[in-house]
Amino acid sequence: MAALDIFRAETRVWLEANCPASMRTPMPTDEGSSGGLRAEYKNPETKLWLDRMSAKGWTTPTWPAEYGGGGLGKDEAMVLEEEMRAIGCRSPLSGMGISMLGPVLLEYGTEAQRVEHLPAIIKGEIRWCQGYSEPGAGSDLAGLQTRAVLQGDHYLVNGHKIWTSNAHLSDKIFCLVRTDPAAKKHEGISFLLIDMAWEGVRARPITLISGYSVFCETFLENVRVPAGNLVGENNKGWTIAKRLLEHERKGIGGIGAPGAPTADKPVYVIAKDAVGEVDGKIADPALRNQISVQLMNTHAFQLTRRRAAEASEAGQPPGPMSAMFKYYATELNKTRYEAVLAAGGDQMLGWEGDEYDPNHLRNTREWLRSKANTIEGGTSEVQLNIIAKRVLGLPD
Amino acid sequence: MALVLNSEAQLVRDSALEFFADKSPVLMLRKLRDSRDADGFSRPLWREMADLGWTGFLVPEAHGGSEFGMVGLGQVLEAAGRTLAATPLLSTALIAASAIDLAGNEAQKQKYFPGLVSGDSIFALALEEGAHHNPNRIATTAKRDGDGFVLDGAKRFVIDGHVANQLIVVARTSGGQNDRNGITLFMVPADAAGVAITRSAMIDSRNAARVTLAGVRVGADAVLGRIDGGADPLEAVLDRARAGLAAEMLGSSSEAFERTVQYLKDRKQFGVAIGSFQALKHRAAQMFCEVEVTRSAVTAALAALDENANDASLLASLAKAKASDTAYLTGNEGVQMHGGIGMTDEHEIGFFMKRARVAQAMFGDAAFHRDRYAALTGY
Ligand SMILES: Cc1cc2nc3c(=O)[nH]c(=O)nc-3n(C[C@H](O)[C@H](O)[C@H](O)COP(=O)(O)OP(=O)(O)OC[C@H]3O[C@@H](n4cnc5c(N)ncnc54)[C@H](O)[C@@H]3O)c2cc1C
Repeated sequence: MAALDIFRAETRVWLEANCPASMRTPMPTDEGSSGGLRAEYKNPETKLWLDRMSAKGWTTPTWPAEYGGGGLGKDEAMVLEEEMRAIGCRSPLSGMGISMLGPVLLEYGTEAQRVEHLPAIIKGEIRWCQGYSEPGAGSDLAGLQTRAVLQGDHYLVNGHKIWTSNAHLSDKIFCLVRTDPAAKKHEGISFLLIDMAWEGVRARPITLISGYSVFCETFLENVRVPAGNLVGENNKGWTIAKRLLEHERKGIGGIGAPGAPTADKPVYVIAKDAVGEVDGKIADPALRNQISVQLMNTHAFQLTRRRAAEASEAGQPPGPMSAMFKYYATELNKTRYEAVLAAGGDQMLGWEGDEYDPNHLRNTREWLRSKANTIEGGTSEVQLNIIAKRVLGLPD
Repeated sequence: MALVLNSEAQLVRDSALEFFADKSPVLMLRKLRDSRDADGFSRPLWREMADLGWTGFLVPEAHGGSEFGMVGLGQVLEAAGRTLAATPLLSTALIAASAIDLAGNEAQKQKYFPGLVSGDSIFALALEEGAHHNPNRIATTAKRDGDGFVLDGAKRFVIDGHVANQLIVVARTSGGQNDRNGITLFMVPADAAGVAITRSAMIDSRNAARVTLAGVRVGADAVLGRIDGGADPLEAVLDRARAGLAAEMLGSSSEAFERTVQYLKDRKQFGVAIGSFQALKHRAAQMFCEVEVTRSAVTAALAALDENANDASLLASLAKAKASDTAYLTGNEGVQMHGGIGMTDEHEIGFFMKRARVAQAMFGDAAFHRDRYAALTGY
């Protein structure tokens, strides 16, 4: 047997023996596991699954084994993914540590930084949040004003971050700060790692239109950050910042992928239940057409994702296709929830209460949540700017 | 199903791109149009395409073809779409080859394939009767007459009708006007008594015709496939035609899009390239996304048809719907972003919009395929 087949067979046996039953069911939105010191596990098997997977390094299958990662090659990681999908395993851990900061530390961090942070990310012990945006710096991120002044062995940091997702549940924050106010705006930025428990750091949750509080304002007042917490070089943080955004957008570009949590039923079933059917067709032709447009665009986009994956497996460069993923996936996800709402009628317009099916209430909140998709991680307009410039070569 | 071309298909693609760029630029279509060329395509060039083997891509090896398949033919059609090349590839190399292969008996294959592969015979599918694609709505009748049949009816939008040697006529042998059952396919020589063909002059300057059949007698050997059972093979043929046409449209859309982006870089107003205006940038970026997504749907449909996959019909409808929407977008935006020059006959961008509009309607527009996608999915 080829080595990869052996790996597949062993992986299958291991997953069968170690993946708890409840971890083989679709994940409700409130059971996701992002780890951290403040994590609460509604379902104890979530924690068990995290511990078993992270012991093998399989929360981060391709990260080097020396830091506790899985040390798998690309092929093996693919096999692991396939085997997990085959029995419907939940992802054991998600969050900004594994999807965003970790890859950047592997590329730009010092050995000491990797040893300090990567194992804790892999085990889900420390949860990270992202201190990029400020009240005056959103799309124009490089206009950020949070100041960090080097004073001997530490930086003194003062500033105001906003839209910091899950800051109130996180242990640490990676921050973009201005270290040289005299330099051109992209050239005076540095990338710092800060502990949320340090004096002067405060996070205040903000309520979203969905009623949930998933992001915060984060205040930094005279926070003393050891100089060793600088990633990369002083004033050279922008390169790292952009690389991290690429990882973030790749992640967001995966939204709505097969297996991602969706409405409890296919949208056309919701529509049939709500408006009835004629000869097996949704009785309202305009609604039926809206649903077709949505499902067909989703189908074609999934094929595009697959085409990109196959191209990369075949060793072809990612090409211009990848630039569109964040934009297209998020716009599509919004139309998905619009179709769900259109199909459900007033059943999907409830805010709370026993009158409404809990699945419907969840869909409605997710519809509101989906509006953020085309804002967070760089707005759709910013993505189109990037495509126009980098892919099409259109002038500034 | 592979969505990335293998090296053989890539080779076909490269040589087809070179062939059409070299021998059949858009200028060629203009010349055919302006000279009111009787054939509407170049016969010597068609012979060259046959010599390259493209006519035999869907023909079994036993009958002189290569069985190279839809993915391969799709590459050729896409390349032809880039230069709006007028060729009988769709009518003959794709539709007729598929109809004869999927529905024909051995004798028919022996009779028709040699001329088809050599490029000597042109075929045309006489299907449509109304203003919109509707393959089940057939009023043309074929009545038993001794051993044979007598055909009566009127067909329109018959691609390559006036240059065809052979028509493949979709007629009703039983059932009501919209029944799937009762449809039969007939091979009818274009010069048979009672056949009248008049060329249609459509906006895309490509070949189409009206065909009337008045008391046309054919023998029993003219029946292609089962009597009353023509709807199934016809649907299989149409799915290939939809995917193949979608490939052609993808080629035209890509070309129109790329030319437009180039124009955005070249044309200056207010002292700067118009491509620096964000209102145009964003629309260009959106077109880019739609072209890429369409490419995935087209490639998947071609591959699924070659593999006889269960979802081949679904993917053919997906490909034709996406290709239609994208061709509409790139054609219209192409003209708009060229400004006044885009409205002139002298500029080529308008040719792309006009071809797009005809191709959109052919074998089902986006609305038709959304409806079909819904029906196939179960809603
Ligand atoms: C749910 C959610 C979670 C988030 N999580 C985080 C987080 O964890 N950490 C973090 O740092 N940030 C986070 N963000 C912030 C996010 O990155 C910013 O909201 C985003 O970059 C947009 O910035 P802004 O809100 O200031 O909007 P603005 O930049 O003010 O944009 C307003 C509008 O103007 C448009 N616009 C702006 N510039 C241009 C341009 N050049 N061309 C065309 N149009 C333009 C935008 O597209 C938008 O439509 C989050 C946001 C949301 C909604």
